[in-house]
Amino acid sequence: MPIAVEMPKMTDTMEEGVLIQWNVDEGAQVAAGDIIAQVETDKATMDVEAYDDGVLLRRVAAEGEALSIGALIAVLGQIGEDVDAFLAGRGKESASASAPSQAVASDSASSPTASATPAASNTLSTGRLRASPLARRMAKDHGLELGTLTGSGPKGRIIKRDIETQLARPAPAVVPMPEPSRKLVRRYTSVPLTPMRKTIARRLAASKYTAPHFYLTVDVAMERAIEARRRMNADAHEHGGTKVSFNDLVTKACGVALEQHPAVNSSFNLEDNEIRQHGYVDIGFAVAIDDGLVTPVVRDVPGKGLGAIATESAGLAQRARARQLQPPEMEGSTFTTSNLGMLGIQEFTAIINPPNACILAIGAIRDVPVVQDGQVVPGKRMKLTLSCDHRVVDGATGARYLASLRRLLEEPLLLLM
Amino acid sequence: MAKLQLREAIRAAMVEEMARDGDIFLMGEEVAEYNGAYKVSEGMQDLFGADRVIDTPISENGFAGLGLGAAMSGLRPIIEFMTWNFAFVAMDQIVNNAAKIRYMSGGQFSFPIVFRGPNGAAGQLAATHNSSVESVYSCFPGLKVISISNPDDAKGLLKSAIRDNDPVVFLESEFMYGMRGEVSDEEDYLIPIGKARIARDGDAVTIVGHNKSYWRAMEAAEMLEVDGYHAEVIDPRTIRPFDWDTVIRSVKKTNRLVIVDESNPFASVSSEIAFQIQSRCFDYLDAPVRRVTAKDTPAPYAKNLMTYYLPSAEDTYRACRDVMYLD
Repeated sequence: MPIAVEMPKMTDTMEEGVLIQWNVDEGAQVAAGDIIAQVETDKATMDVEAYDDGVLLRRVAAEGEALSIGALIAVLGQIGEDVDAFLAGRGKESASASAPSQAVASDSASSPTASATPAASNTLSTGRLRASPLARRMAKDHGLELGTLTGSGPKGRIIKRDIETQLARPAPAVVPMPEPSRKLVRRYTSVPLTPMRKTIARRLAASKYTAPHFYLTVDVAMERAIEARRRMNADAHEHGGTKVSFNDLVTKACGVALEQHPAVNSSFNLEDNEIRQHGYVDIGFAVAIDDGLVTPVVRDVPGKGLGAIATESAGLAQRARARQLQPPEMEGSTFTTSNLGMLGIQEFTAIINPPNACILAIGAIRDVPVVQDGQVVPGKRMKLTLSCDHRVVDGATGARYLASLRRLLEEPLLLLM
Repeated sequence: MAKLQLREAIRAAMVEEMARDGDIFLMGEEVAEYNGAYKVSEGMQDLFGADRVIDTPISENGFAGLGLGAAMSGLRPIIEFMTWNFAFVAMDQIVNNAAKIRYMSGGQFSFPIVFRGPNGAAGQLAATHNSSVESVYSCFPGLKVISISNPDDAKGLLKSAIRDNDPVVFLESEFMYGMRGEVSDEEDYLIPIGKARIARDGDAVTIVGHNKSYWRAMEAAEMLEVDGYHAEVIDPRTIRPFDWDTVIRSVKKTNRLVIVDESNPFASVSSEIAFQIQSRCFDYLDAPVRRVTAKDTPAPYAKNLMTYYLPSAEDTYRACRDVMYLD
C-alpha cells in the first residue's frame, strides 16, 4: 500500500508552505527520518522528514509550488505499486481542495463569484468560519466557497438559508467586454504572495486594526553614547569580540528601561480579560531580509552585558538573512525595535508587533546645530518614536518610559547600574 | 373506537391479558380492595379474585422481589408501584436481578414481568414525589422502558409489555390518568415495543417528546403553525430500545431538533438523544440540538415555582424558533 507524504504543519501560524527543493529523486530509497525536501514556511525554511521507510515513488509537488497543510507532496511505497491508482483514490478530495475555481466555473448555474460579498463577522479568532454542519455539506456539494458567503445566523454563522439564497441567485449576466485596444491594456507583473508576505500582511493588518496606535517622539543627544561605543569597541577589537552597534546600545537601554516600566513590557489579552505584565524582558528586533522581514528575539536583555547582546544580535541577524532561524527564535518577545537609521531615515512610526504593547522606531544619528549655553554648537541627535497600544499604555506612561530610555542613552554609564 | 380515560385503557389491557392467560397476576399497594390508589385496577379483584389481584404491605423491595421469584417460576406478574418514586427502595430487585439474571444465567431464566406506575411530575407533591425515572432505568441493559402519552398507546403497548418475555418498566402519569382519548377496539390490539410514532408531519423542525412532554411538543407545534411553520412531532413511546431510525429520518428532513423532557437535564433521555443525533446526523444539522427540560434542581413545592420548574410549551416554541433562526 503506497503511503502519502503530506505537507506538515511546521509552525503554529503556518497555513501553507512552498516546496523549494527536493532532496531525493524518484525511485530512491528513503528511510524514516531522512530529509526528503525543504519547505519555506511563513517563518523559516524547514526540513521535511520522511516518517516511513520506502521508495520515493512519485514527487507530486513541484519545486516552487505552494501547498496548504495536508496537501499531498509525495508518495512513498514499494517498487511496482500502482501510484496512479493511489492518486486516483485520493483524487476526489485533492481536486476539490486545490482547484475550487475550476469546479465553480464548470457549474455556471451556481457560480457565486460575481455577486458574493466577503463575510468578515462570521470568522472565529482562529480563522475558521462559523457555519452549521449542514451548510458546510451543502456548500461542498454545490462547489460554493463558504468564505464568499455572508452568514445570517447568530454571530454570522452560515446556515442552510444562506446557502439556499446563494443558490437561488441567478448566474451573473455576462456583459460583453469591448475588445480592448492594445495600447490601453494596463500591464502588471504578478508576484505571487510568499508565506512570509501573507503572514506580514495578516499580522500587521490585524495589529493596526485592533490596537489603537499613538506615537511619541523624543530627540536624544548621542554624544556620550558615541564616545562610550568608541571606547568599548576599541577594547572589543583587542579581544576579538563582536563590536557593539548603536542598535545594541538601544536594545540594552530599552531592556533596562522596560524593567523600570513594567506597564510598557505588557500585552493586551482580551480573551482572559487582562493585561499581562511580563516578568521577563525579551526584545525582538526587525531584520530586513530579501523579500520581507523577521524579528529574532534577544532573551533576558537586562540580565546580559552589552558584549553578550552584541554577539547574540549579530548571530541572530546573520542567521535571519540566511533564513536559518527556527520559529522559537522569533517567538515570545515582550517588546520590539525597528531601526531604519542605517538607511538615512530620520524618524518614522512602526506598527506594533502583536502581542507587544509597544514598538520603538529608531532613526539615524544626525549632525545638527544645537544651542548650548547660548551658543550654537555642533551636536549629534537621534530620534526615537515609540508606537503605543492605547489599550495598554497611556500617553503619560509611554512618555515616562521614553524619558527613562533617553536618560540611559544620554548617560550610558547608567546602563551599568 | 371507544373513548377511554388513560386509567381505563391501562385496565382494559390488563383485564384482556389476564382473561387470556391465567399465569398473569397483578400485585401492589392498594390494587385490590381499595381498587387502586388511582383507580387503575378498579373492579379487577371482583373479576379475577384475590389470588390474582393481590394487595401488598408497604414493602416495595419485598413485593418486587416476590414478583421476580414468581416470574422465574413461570408466572407473568404485573407489579404496580403506587408511584415510581416509591420504587427507589426496590431498585436492587429491578436493576440487579430483573435486568441482569437472564444475562448472568446464560439465558436459563427469563423475566416476563411488568413494573408499572405513574412517573414524573405530579403537581404540588414536592421533591420526593416528582421524580422522573426513565433515564435511570434506561441506563441498565436488560430492561425495556416504555413511557406512554395517551390511552391508545397505553393499551397497545401495555399488552405488548405483558406478553414480552423480558422485564419491562412501564411509565404512566398521575396527571394523565383522567385524560380521555380514542382507543382502538381491535380485538388483540398490540403496538410493537421500540416503535416511535410520528404524531404530526412537518418539515421545519423536529420536536421529540414523551409522556407529558409529548403534549408540550404538540402545543408548541400548534404555536408554530400560527407562524406558518410545520413542525414534525415524534413520540418515541419506547425509551429503550429507542427508535433511532424514525428520529434520524426526521432530522435529515428538517435539519433541526428540539427535545422536550421533563426529567432533570443532566444525563437524561434528552442528553442521549442529543448525543446520538449530533453523532449520526452531524452533516444534516443546521443548528445545535436544543433541549427543554425541568430545571436542574429538586422539584419545588410552591405552585408558581413548580410551573417555572417544568418545561413549558412556550419554552419549547422559543427553542424551536431559535433553532430555526427566526428571532
